[in-house]
Amino acid sequence: MMQLLNVILVIFLVVCAIAVERTKDLLGAVIIFGSYSLIMAVLWLLLRAPDIALTEAAIGAGVTTILFIGVISRTRRME
Amino acid sequence: MDDLIVKTITRLIVPFIQLYGIFIILHGHLSPGGGFSGGAILGASIVLYSLSFGLEKASKKLSHEASSIIESAGILWYIALGLVGIFMGGYFLTNRAAGFPMGEAGAVISSGMIALITLGIGAKVASTMITLFHTIIKED
Repeated sequence: MMQLLNVILVIFLVVCAIAVERTKDLLGAVIIFGSYSLIMAVLWLLLRAPDIALTEAAIGAGVTTILFIGVISRTRRME
Repeated sequence: MDDLIVKTITRLIVPFIQLYGIFIILHGHLSPGGGFSGGAILGASIVLYSLSFGLEKASKKLSHEASSIIESAGILWYIALGLVGIFMGGYFLTNRAAGFPMGEAGAVISSGMIALITLGIGAKVASTMITLFHTIIKED
């Protein structure tokens, strides 16, 4: 059961990583990148690294997304 | 941005986020987490506040100059605590041999200066997040 969850999460992670690179809309890419970070945090937790999971959830899904959105609001939205 | 739902939810949730961040900073030597994670959570709470209430109102709570001073004070606190070890005849960041009280293992007040150093790192990281956000968002 745990292994199945792991495989599903990793497949979703790879799909997210490819989608970030493919998306032309930069705001959408940033939101997909936030979900990538959230999945990565769950994966760190499953790998028994709760310390890194905490940091990834706070930095990757929170602060990095906000900083990227701040940069997009100062420049163009479309690539 | 002027949205009632966002403002109300932010006003409700920001104290709990800050309490969680302070909990993680203060328990850095006992449980997962520490200065970096807790400081990032603390900084994210202030960023959330300034996103929903505007930069002027957030600057009234914690101005740019104050966060710069806290940022510098955090790293100076870290260096000062590290130099205590050298002055007591050990290496940089010497803990027990420099005479810090060790306390009881597993209690919140234990492990000598690690808790104090984590406090400094937390202040440094939190104010770094706020300063970064202000620097990017601020109109020039």
